[in-house]
Amino acid sequence: MSSSKKDLKVVLLGNPNAGKSTLFNALTGLNQKTGNYSGVTVDKLQGSFKYKNNSVNLIDLPGTYSLFAKSTDEEVAVKDLLSQKEKPDVVIVVLDSTNLQRNLLLATQALDLGMRTVVVLNMIDEAIYQNINIDIDKLKDLLGVNVVAIDSRTKEGTEKIKEAIVNAEVSRNKFFDVTSTIDYAQMVNSQFENSNQIELQKWEENDKIYRHKNIKYIFGLCVKSPEQLKLKERSTKIDRIVTHPVLGYLVFMALIFVIFQFIFYVAEYPMGWIEDAFISLSSLIKTNLPAGILNDLVSDGVIAGISGVLMFVPQITFLFLFIALLEDSGYMARASFIMDKIMRKFGLNGRSVIPVISATACAVPSIMSTRSISNFKERLITIFVLPMVSCSARLPVYTLLISMMFPSTIVLGFLNFKGIVLFGLYVLGFAFTLITAFVMQKLLKTKEASFFMMEMPVYRVPLLKNVALGVINKIKVFVFDAGKVILSISIILWFLSNYGPGNAMEEIEQKYTNAEYVHVAEADPNYHTDFIASKKLEASYIGVLGKAIEPVIRPLGYDWKIGIALITSFAAREVFVGTMSTIYGANENEKGIQEKLMAEKDENGNLKYTTAVCFSLVVFYVFAMQCMSTIAVVKRETKSWKWPTIQFVYLTVLAYVSAWVTFNVLQ
Amino acid sequence: MAIFVEYIMHTLLSELKPGEHAIIKSIADNAMKTKLIEMGCFPGEELYITKIAPLGCPFAIYVSGYELSLRQNEAMNIVVERLN
Repeated sequence: MSSSKKDLKVVLLGNPNAGKSTLFNALTGLNQKTGNYSGVTVDKLQGSFKYKNNSVNLIDLPGTYSLFAKSTDEEVAVKDLLSQKEKPDVVIVVLDSTNLQRNLLLATQALDLGMRTVVVLNMIDEAIYQNINIDIDKLKDLLGVNVVAIDSRTKEGTEKIKEAIVNAEVSRNKFFDVTSTIDYAQMVNSQFENSNQIELQKWEENDKIYRHKNIKYIFGLCVKSPEQLKLKERSTKIDRIVTHPVLGYLVFMALIFVIFQFIFYVAEYPMGWIEDAFISLSSLIKTNLPAGILNDLVSDGVIAGISGVLMFVPQITFLFLFIALLEDSGYMARASFIMDKIMRKFGLNGRSVIPVISATACAVPSIMSTRSISNFKERLITIFVLPMVSCSARLPVYTLLISMMFPSTIVLGFLNFKGIVLFGLYVLGFAFTLITAFVMQKLLKTKEASFFMMEMPVYRVPLLKNVALGVINKIKVFVFDAGKVILSISIILWFLSNYGPGNAMEEIEQKYTNAEYVHVAEADPNYHTDFIASKKLEASYIGVLGKAIEPVIRPLGYDWKIGIALITSFAAREVFVGTMSTIYGANENEKGIQEKLMAEKDENGNLKYTTAVCFSLVVFYVFAMQCMSTIAVVKRETKSWKWPTIQFVYLTVLAYVSAWVTFNVLQ
Repeated sequence: MAIFVEYIMHTLLSELKPGEHAIIKSIADNAMKTKLIEMGCFPGEELYITKIAPLGCPFAIYVSGYELSLRQNEAMNIVVERLN
């Protein structure tokens, strides 16, 4: 069978936590790619390797506890396994050797499908360490297929698996009640048909109980473990601390604090390097390529766009590094365990805590990190509310506007008043995050029945290779999927702010560089450059747009100049400050822009930036989904434009109404 | 009478305290049933409570050779008999 050259489709089937990914990584290394299952939010992880004359295409199916799907992930796994179009040639069932009894349920189901199967006893070293003695030959006999024991951490045994794949056989044994004379594969398939589901469920219950009895028999014959009904001592000891009513929360907060430090402060350094590198690259291209529209497009539009995408990589790397460490070590299940009751009140999940807190740095990596929330409804709610948590990009906007409202330092005792206002904005964002989650929990109906049962895996030392490959896959997904949208929007924004209708731009260039302005340019060249930049922005398409939306934003106290900044800050919120500086000809100087804005008069000669206007603006920024990257990443994570659209509309309306109320109350 | 005896003899999983051992008697007949069986909670299986989260929910039990965490509304579906 293995002599002829063949392409084999092989799938990895197994319970969550059975170490499927570790085995997948050990078999394929870097030869893997993340794709999509159509229509669902589940990633399809594929890899390949060559063995003898066979080239094997390996698919890491989402973890599943049984062939009767109870969640989207499980449905995807089962459908792929049973696929008629591309039927897998070989099924590898991955079992956790330390947890065979429950894992064998899925194994026996898979064997009953009548496909060529290999059973892998993963983490055999761990079982040996725990004094669990497995008689592999007897297990082979009872299961009727080849059983390979491996320690996927040390890669020991991976060659044996490759050999077993090409020689895989169909089991002769049956594990369902054969007196009922049914076709098992047919029964499994019928869960996706419009057959009598209640009858099927009854049958499924009886089948599982029957299987469990079978498994008890197999288990009793093949496994000798020293003590039944006992948890691993090390796990119990660690849990005594991490699930302790006081210490547990302290440990959790300490870990959150470390993550926070990394994504908030440490990530700033590599982000700065990326920014600097792209600025140099841009100017290199600008000076070395022939001038013209193509040069501008590449050096200003495309490069700035790519830089904007790559800027997120440090934060994504750090956040996923920590999440992978916490998840692989087994701690995440404990964090979820102690936080679940609090978060559930708001329709969130114990696993929503880390996304919500990391969203104070940036919503983009935190939305990506909701992947670990297995309940779809709770995951969706978490994604939906995350943009209301004030992120670090809002800080420059808040700082500028708060300084304008309260120019002098007011101190209340030991508290700085500006600090209190800033804190209030964060609280406002958090409050609406929870309120919205609470309301959504009541409104949102999902087809999927919700189960919250989860395994509490024993603690393990995370495997560096797994963590690294996981982070690399996340970065790839972000850069190539969400990155496309971000790059496209940033090029559009670049075009709109650098080009105008007709030859408006050229006219400005000519008007302000002719003879009568020469003395201005000579007297203060910086002022002159800033002045032309300001006039050009006004004449650009974005300027036209800003003026067009003025009637809409006037009730909030804004004019077309703010309108322009609202549009450009769609690239990233902090761009608001830069755009305002350009409009007011005070480039890149925050103090300068603050003074200019505070001196600005409206048509009646009164000060334009009153407390009412500034407050209305900060409130707008607390809620508005002014961030194309967030939209791109929500689209990527929910796999459709539906949710980002609903979210954008909701947040824009919320921002508008709140800003309107704020303006009218304070005016 | 039989129902009454069953009522006083049997306890819900959600009523157990940490460390208490019990044997599963039956599982309420609803959509959760197959999932619970799948996770190793089926009549005749022995279990014990390993811990309860600080706020009283979720529960963690040791069953079928591993530790499982369930919310209170899930634990309420499992009828058990205490073992001493």
